[in-house]
Amino acid sequence: MTTIRIPTPLRPYSGGQSNIQVSGDTVGAALTDLTSQHPDLRQHLFEGDKLRSFVNVFLNEEDVRYLDGAETAVSDNDTLMIIPSIAGG
Amino acid sequence: MTIKELIHPDALADVTLSHEEVQRYSRHLIMPEVGMAGQKKLKAASVLLIGAGGLGSPLAMYLAAAGIGRIGLVDYDVVDYTNLQRQIIHGTKDVGRPKLESAKETMLDINPHVQVDTYNVPLTSANALEIFEPYDIIIDGTDNFPTRYLTNDACVLLGKPNVYGSIFRFEGQLSIFHAAEGPCYRCLFPEPPPPGLVPSCAEGGVLGILPGTVGAMQATEAIKYILGIGESMVGRLLLYDALNMEFTEVRLQKNPDCPICGDNPTVTALIDYEQFCGVPAHDNSLYVTAGNGGSVPQITPAELKRRLDAGEELFILDVREMHEWEISNLSHLGARLIPKGQVLERMNELDTAVEMVVQCRSGGRSAAVIRELQKHGFKKMLNLDGGINRWAREVDPSLPVY
Repeated sequence: MTTIRIPTPLRPYSGGQSNIQVSGDTVGAALTDLTSQHPDLRQHLFEGDKLRSFVNVFLNEEDVRYLDGAETAVSDNDTLMIIPSIAGG
Repeated sequence: MTIKELIHPDALADVTLSHEEVQRYSRHLIMPEVGMAGQKKLKAASVLLIGAGGLGSPLAMYLAAAGIGRIGLVDYDVVDYTNLQRQIIHGTKDVGRPKLESAKETMLDINPHVQVDTYNVPLTSANALEIFEPYDIIIDGTDNFPTRYLTNDACVLLGKPNVYGSIFRFEGQLSIFHAAEGPCYRCLFPEPPPPGLVPSCAEGGVLGILPGTVGAMQATEAIKYILGIGESMVGRLLLYDALNMEFTEVRLQKNPDCPICGDNPTVTALIDYEQFCGVPAHDNSLYVTAGNGGSVPQITPAELKRRLDAGEELFILDVREMHEWEISNLSHLGARLIPKGQVLERMNELDTAVEMVVQCRSGGRSAAVIRELQKHGFKKMLNLDGGINRWAREVDPSLPVY
């Protein structure tokens, strides 16, 4: 199982959970499993089938945009992080 | 990445420290990493703070205490009671005063040896380059997306480092965006989120201490940058989760396709950032939030009171959250609570026979609910202009304003 870290702004849509275990061999599959567990997250992460352009997903320390995007392979001890746009000050 | 020299040695030739200053900065001077040379760099340096609010408060106070020679502040707002839970540069006596007046007074009380420049205006595309130009470092402590993109772009165009900090509820972010050395804000966030998807602190709340933590970290990075010591945050993003007390770091890369700092930039001058983000940048803005499909019918608190007093039958729908209902509510007037996120699935609980007044804290969420319900065929709806807070101010002072 891969762990996905949910940022504060999205926690209302994940039942308040900050770390969620998901299955799937790729970033895309892991996120699909996440949104099937928590359907309310889907509209915040996806536009149709595509990840929304302002949503940043990092695999461990690296931005998946500079890896293989949704096709990037994930394994059991990996952590996926969704990094939100926040603007408060 | 090791920090490069920001202050040119020639600029230090005429900088001296008085005996009073030597005594004041003693705990810096006895550290070899700072010493006399470092303290003179701090005195020769100029830093511009965008925003004198949550992040700006600790930033301005620590940078003044540290002896940054010239500190600029940009903010157009006045101090409000709701600021005092986190904006520690202002006190209760300052409510109603311009933030910059209050901030400058506190800074000069902490350290009269610094110069404080104030810009009591909203930062806009028309004034940003001119305001930024004389400063070595820009620190982004603003509270909205348009001003964050504006700050980034002005820094990229002028080649200045931008010490970025941002907060929401229990979550903080920290980085240095400096296009000459690494990625910029747009490399990480090419596009803003759609209007309304990410609430502001005014809508979503913020732990009062959070900007203290993040602002102090921004001040640390600015001072390291000026001193040229340590490892900088260029190319790194720190994520702070206060609720779990976790710090996580990720690596940021420069995006070759970045519209402003990439190989073929398409943004070569400042643009209209309110239009870009679809939201207003400040309270005085004339910009109307995009994508709202026009205005909705409004009712003022005074008019609502008049109609209720006249015995008219009106259904009041409160679309806030339960914890807000506990602060203040109109249950004595028959108001029903259905939080915004549940309205569509609970539409059958709404009485379509009676005219409905939809109400939230200040009128934004209720307008959005009306637009959604209009799509589902509901008519005869009015938005309580200014929400329950305006009702409390103008009609029923027994209710608190929050």
